[in-house]
Amino acid sequence: MADSFSIDSKMSGRRKFLVAATSVAGGVAGVGIATPFVLSMMPSERAKAAGAPVEVDISKLEEGMLLMVEWRGRVVWVLERTPSMLATLEKLEPKLADPNSEKNQQPDYAKNRTRSIKPEILVVEGICTHLGCSPVFRKDIAPEDLGSDWLGGFFCPCHGSKFDLAGRVYKSVPAPTNLVVPPHTYLSDNVLLIGAESKESA
Amino acid sequence: MSKQNNSFLEWIDKRFPLVSTWKEHFTEYYAPKNFNFWYFFGSLALLVLVNQLVTGIFLTMSYKPDASLAFASVEYIMRDVEFGWLIRYMHSTGASMFFVVVYLHMFRGMMYGSYRKPRELLWLIGMAIFFVLMSLAFTGYILPWGQMSYWGAQVIVSMFEAIPFIGETLHNWILGDFMLSDAALNRFFAYHVVTLPVLIVVLVFVHIIALHEVGSNNPDGIEIKENKNPETKIPVDGIPFHPYYTVKDIFGVVVFLIVFCGIIFFAPEMGGYFLEHNNFIPADTLKTPDHIAPVWYFTPYYSMLRAVTVNFLWVDAKLWGVFLMVAGVAIFCFLPWLDRSPVKSIRYKGPIFKFALTLFVISFFVLGWLGTQQPTPLYTLLAQIFSVIYFAFFILMPWYSKIDKTKPEPKRVTK
Repeated sequence: MADSFSIDSKMSGRRKFLVAATSVAGGVAGVGIATPFVLSMMPSERAKAAGAPVEVDISKLEEGMLLMVEWRGRVVWVLERTPSMLATLEKLEPKLADPNSEKNQQPDYAKNRTRSIKPEILVVEGICTHLGCSPVFRKDIAPEDLGSDWLGGFFCPCHGSKFDLAGRVYKSVPAPTNLVVPPHTYLSDNVLLIGAESKESA
Repeated sequence: MSKQNNSFLEWIDKRFPLVSTWKEHFTEYYAPKNFNFWYFFGSLALLVLVNQLVTGIFLTMSYKPDASLAFASVEYIMRDVEFGWLIRYMHSTGASMFFVVVYLHMFRGMMYGSYRKPRELLWLIGMAIFFVLMSLAFTGYILPWGQMSYWGAQVIVSMFEAIPFIGETLHNWILGDFMLSDAALNRFFAYHVVTLPVLIVVLVFVHIIALHEVGSNNPDGIEIKENKNPETKIPVDGIPFHPYYTVKDIFGVVVFLIVFCGIIFFAPEMGGYFLEHNNFIPADTLKTPDHIAPVWYFTPYYSMLRAVTVNFLWVDAKLWGVFLMVAGVAIFCFLPWLDRSPVKSIRYKGPIFKFALTLFVISFFVLGWLGTQQPTPLYTLLAQIFSVIYFAFFILMPWYSKIDKTKPEPKRVTK
């Protein structure tokens, strides 16, 4: 047995070269044949085509109400915030990890304190930036489980991440970044388009 | 044995090493004579594996790996397929019992130093089996496409997004889509019924070959091969695996099956620990259940995942959590090189090791329990404390195992 491992020492330069060349060629062939199999596991053309924008009628949206919309299989929240809800945003800023939305989690037009186009209406993906659970909308103030300083926001039941009413993440929670604001625009006062910034680019 | 029988065996033996293989692995495989009940769990793990393979094949006959049909097909198995409920409960209970026996099997190894030289590779092969087992459990749990299947999988695959640079591409590659969907269910089914079962069977085979090469450890942690009968070359403290341990293992199997049947017939959901209540609700992609937790066997690592809440160095808390969770499993691989004690077995190890192992077991259970609970500030703090203890058991081992006051090992195995 031991001899078969020490065969290298007895090999001529020519044989060594042939063994190396065969190994390299075999390795290249191996990578080559693996490529189609690896690529077959990427999202298919059908999956790529399924991301069309959605139009949402928000005429029936009331203050303090959360509307859930499905876009690309993800949940998008549309929340109409009351003036008192908007007032909490500034108060909470010392507790937030990224109050000014420095990290690229939103289009430029949502890089403001309310993280929205219209100050009162928040459009944000309802998917926790930690591990993809959908946080719970907790508008109750100072509930028992979230502590007396809770002013309303989103709480992720999976791992305890907290977000304010603009989807901005608290400090010292597992989630690293603010919730994602998807590209969106208003086609009219009451019609919201999620997934594109104009009707044409859709 | 009749003469004809012998000649038939001879005919086979000239073409396949049947008799010599049987002898090498059964009648002339000498195992230490002092095995106690902790040595049941290896053969029980094999039994559960066979149970999973057989019941699994029958489940695939009625299951549909399609996001729109999967949940209903599982209910169809439970209600309309003759004895479908039994086969499904054998499979789901088998999954949890697999972890019960494997955790006890691993704990046996930790107590008696079965990972020490010359069994390092045996231990590593065992760890590979453990990884495959976890993957099997994870992919299997997705298949019913209930709320826990969906959101549990969502959490696990989102971890890959935490990997810098390639995270998002890797995530999409794993799912075959931009989110968890039918494509992922279909491929996880392929892993669960083809790739991973083949892998685990091969690894179990390799595990047994490696075991029979180095020989079994025993509760005294001494090598029976060092004391052989000079004439027969058989270890004086060894007895043939067959019939001695086959008969002993049959007893273990009977006791195990009583417990196993008890669970299947009286508590197949085990109060939500084996089959979670939320998984009887079809997957809803818009709403996470208010309380999500993995199945019990993953909860200790799940606690570690969410224990990390602060960014450290240039890495954010999310990636640290994932790292800690993976490390919590992988760190067992290093045991053979962390343990510097002059003795293998807990019987001759000193008080520090016994204390450390006790703390480790406590932290494993506390983390496991915390993982089933909602995160509150107090529980998060507890998870952090016990994660530190869990890792300290391993990281400090080279130091405390060296200074520990050990007792001398005996020359021969004891009772």
